[in-house]
Amino acid sequence: MQTINITLNGKVTAVAPEITILEAARQQGIDLPTLCHHPDQRVKANCRICVVEIEGVKNLVPSCSTRVTAGMNITTNSPRVRETVRTILELIFADHPQECLTCIRNGNCELRQIAAKFGVRDIQGEKRKHSFSQDFSTPSLVRNPDKCIKCGRCAEACHYIQNVGILYSHNRSTEISISPEYGKQLADVACVLCGQCALVCPVGAIHERDDTDRVWEALADPQKHVVVQVAPAVRVSLAEEFGFPSGEIATGKLVSALRSLGFDRVFDTDFSADLTIMEEGHELLDRIANGGVLPMITSCSPGWIKYMEHYYPELIPHLSTCKSPQQMFGALAKTYYAQTSGLEAKDIIVVSVMPCTAKKFEAERPEMNASGSQDVDIVLTTRELGRMLQHEGIDFRMLPEAEFDSPLGISTGAAAIFGATGGVMEAALRTVYEVVTGRTLTDLNFTAVRGMVGVKEASVDLAGTEVKAGIAHGLANAKRILEMIKAGQADYTFIEVMCCPGGCIGGGGQPYGTTNEIRARRIEALYQVDENMPLRKSHENPAVQELYQDFLLDPLGELSHRLLHTQYCNRS
Amino acid sequence: MNKMLDDDQIFNISPGRHVDLDHHCQNGGYSALAKALAQGPETSLKEILDAGLRGRGGAAFPTAEKIKMLRANTEKLRYIICNADEGEPGTFKDRFIMTHIPFQLLEGITIAAFMAGASEGYIYVRHEYPEAQKILHESIEEAERRGFLGDNILGSGFSLSLKLFSGAGSYLCGEETALISSIEGKKGRPRLKPPYPTQAGLWQKPTLINNVETLANIPKIIEKSASWYRSFGTPDSPGTKLISLSGDVQNRGLFEVPFGMTFAQIINEYGGGAKTGKAIKAVNIGGASGVLIPPEMLFTPLEYLACAKTGITIGSGAIFVLDDTRSILSNVQNRLRFFLHESCGKCTPCREGLRQANLILDRLLAGEAVRQDVSTLERYTRAIQEASFCGLGQAAGNSLRSSLAYYRDEYLASCRDNKPSFIEEETA
Repeated sequence: MQTINITLNGKVTAVAPEITILEAARQQGIDLPTLCHHPDQRVKANCRICVVEIEGVKNLVPSCSTRVTAGMNITTNSPRVRETVRTILELIFADHPQECLTCIRNGNCELRQIAAKFGVRDIQGEKRKHSFSQDFSTPSLVRNPDKCIKCGRCAEACHYIQNVGILYSHNRSTEISISPEYGKQLADVACVLCGQCALVCPVGAIHERDDTDRVWEALADPQKHVVVQVAPAVRVSLAEEFGFPSGEIATGKLVSALRSLGFDRVFDTDFSADLTIMEEGHELLDRIANGGVLPMITSCSPGWIKYMEHYYPELIPHLSTCKSPQQMFGALAKTYYAQTSGLEAKDIIVVSVMPCTAKKFEAERPEMNASGSQDVDIVLTTRELGRMLQHEGIDFRMLPEAEFDSPLGISTGAAAIFGATGGVMEAALRTVYEVVTGRTLTDLNFTAVRGMVGVKEASVDLAGTEVKAGIAHGLANAKRILEMIKAGQADYTFIEVMCCPGGCIGGGGQPYGTTNEIRARRIEALYQVDENMPLRKSHENPAVQELYQDFLLDPLGELSHRLLHTQYCNRS
Repeated sequence: MNKMLDDDQIFNISPGRHVDLDHHCQNGGYSALAKALAQGPETSLKEILDAGLRGRGGAAFPTAEKIKMLRANTEKLRYIICNADEGEPGTFKDRFIMTHIPFQLLEGITIAAFMAGASEGYIYVRHEYPEAQKILHESIEEAERRGFLGDNILGSGFSLSLKLFSGAGSYLCGEETALISSIEGKKGRPRLKPPYPTQAGLWQKPTLINNVETLANIPKIIEKSASWYRSFGTPDSPGTKLISLSGDVQNRGLFEVPFGMTFAQIINEYGGGAKTGKAIKAVNIGGASGVLIPPEMLFTPLEYLACAKTGITIGSGAIFVLDDTRSILSNVQNRLRFFLHESCGKCTPCREGLRQANLILDRLLAGEAVRQDVSTLERYTRAIQEASFCGLGQAAGNSLRSSLAYYRDEYLASCRDNKPSFIEEETA
């Protein structure tokens, strides 16, 4: 590899040409502070706290946006640099509510961490009194504009990663604010509630609605039978909340942790993921056989569904009518499980742990009451569960491995990979292939649908019929596929869309600090979970088989239709 | 001493007189364009290079070098933009050119476009200049009718489509990348450089952006040669500079001044000195983003190198004189408030630094500040200057920095804990 020599803090160092000073410094073990910088986003260079000194250059320059050149002499630790960085931090703090102790980001606020590192001890500036009102308009997200430091990371995620673009900066000077149009609330604009903004926010300006108190209350109520379901993506990310490396598989500890919180039953969304494959797979086969609308598009991701309802209502007939695994679980917990366990539905509280903020919205959709009342009562994100466990004082490292309760805790490897982009497709193909051809799949791994590429394709021969599959994750990529469908250029039969980059493992409710690199590690872990499972095909799940035998009877049958399928609305 | 300019000058300044196309042509107008088209872009560019013309918008970048960068670009579609977003308080030179000698400007734009190989262009005029917009609009139409603009100019085969663009009114749109964003229909906020506009400017195409005054210099250089041009000014800073002179002087107005004159000369000979009976307390040079200097520095010549050495920014060429009845602090705050209003708000040091600096000045002027506030103000000023995103943010700290350097006593005297020395002695 060709390299160039630069001098970094007095030491001559060979680095790759064309990298930024920030990258060069980090490669040399010097972690310059950043706020507006995010490895998966474009360079913005507006917070200015990564400034460094270059010999011969009049002003300090931001290291995130300045590329190295041969012979460049860079100093990152001169008194001049330190004073400037501290001053800028001080200026940000003077415009920031001094509510660190009661802030939801207390403990993982990037601004606070950097300020501590740089020894900001005193704020000479006049503290600003803010008057913005908080936005509690949605079940998913809370916006607190007072805490916004205008780094622009949320708007960047909203525009360029999701291509939704409802968050952007308005006005100028000190009046600048980042919000939906005309300062509207999130509920009044076409926000899909994916929470990618919250995931990248360095401070507490936008975050999930905290529902932990509602769960504490339910757990404390002796009249209630509280069951919990956990999404596949949570088992490979929760451990990060306790300092474990990303991609740590913590299924067993997760089950123990939930038990020690006092849940009456610890179930697994993977069970209903297997069920989703049964319903969705048969729906696909039915559409192929009977001339239904194709390509059929998956419907597991609630942010994605809301996006379709807002932006592409004319394509709604392409969506599978299947509910998401979360909602299938809720409907069954309050019917099938209630019946088999001799409980009354009104006494059961269904709690979900999801990697997703849009799931809170999904659970509160008025049509999600197949059981007679709201099917899923409370949705927690991975971060909220992390906080509950911290609150309870549970030492995650010491937890023993435990197993999910049956029957709604029994699952297959196919269900586990639902958490990764391409996973639903791969799981569906495993089942559809065997159902259609009657043959046993020799190689279960559809590697073409895996990985972080934005739009992926695969094709399977189903007894002479070629089924072409398309996979998109992140709404910007999904939009590309939708435009192809509208233009009649999508020759896919089946399309999987996940709202968030990387799929649910990169969801808006996942631990802070999520980057594409971390997403890749979580994905790897999910495929490992799959590999380790004795059963890897949804239709081989014995609990699902039993469910059909004793209760639902047939996929796409009458009861299935009532409990497990739904319809969508036009929100445009 | 440099000669005072008489009839022989680059800008035909006679207030109240609008030079129409016929007048322009009678005075040798458009002969430069014909000459440039005949001798080709390289020869013309050589003339500009030899003349040593530098940008008159504030950054003083060598004009010929900028045009060369465009010529080096392989992209066929190139733009020229005339930056007429003059918004610096106390600066009114570009408006004069646009309203009084519009064809000299149009001719300069056309020659520059020819040298740069640009076929499309914009004049970005702020909407606060409706008169300039009207005159330019009519002048562009007339130049097109007479074959000086548009398709196949003067039968040369060179074409330039020139349009007027009205900015919505933001000081920051004078910054070239913010200006480009504004024409593209986006927010007028600066972009990261590189790429520079010469590489990827308007709609990602190579773009030449020059100030009104810079472009209006070009026809005279082509017409009368680089050596004629160099008969004005100094070897380091050839030519003349339009000076917007205002404040506490006898004669306020716009003057064409050869480089090399000292600021004292300009103020005395053109401005007739300070108002009767008053002494000069400070002079602001370079507009709102310029510096505030004490009278003893007025012997610095108007010259890029000399000014750079003493920390004076020539900027747009505005000179504002303050006599001894003026408060430095309120003068600085005036300018600070202008920048606070005009900051785009994108970067922290400019947005928050200016806000805090303004609050400290509020306290100082109210007699509520303490000495500590002055050093905090100095520190904030350094951050604004050192770390702002764009040149305008960086320059916003200039009058703060210079006033804190030269008039620190006045700042300290306003502090509540500033006790006269005899009291200190008593307590000691």
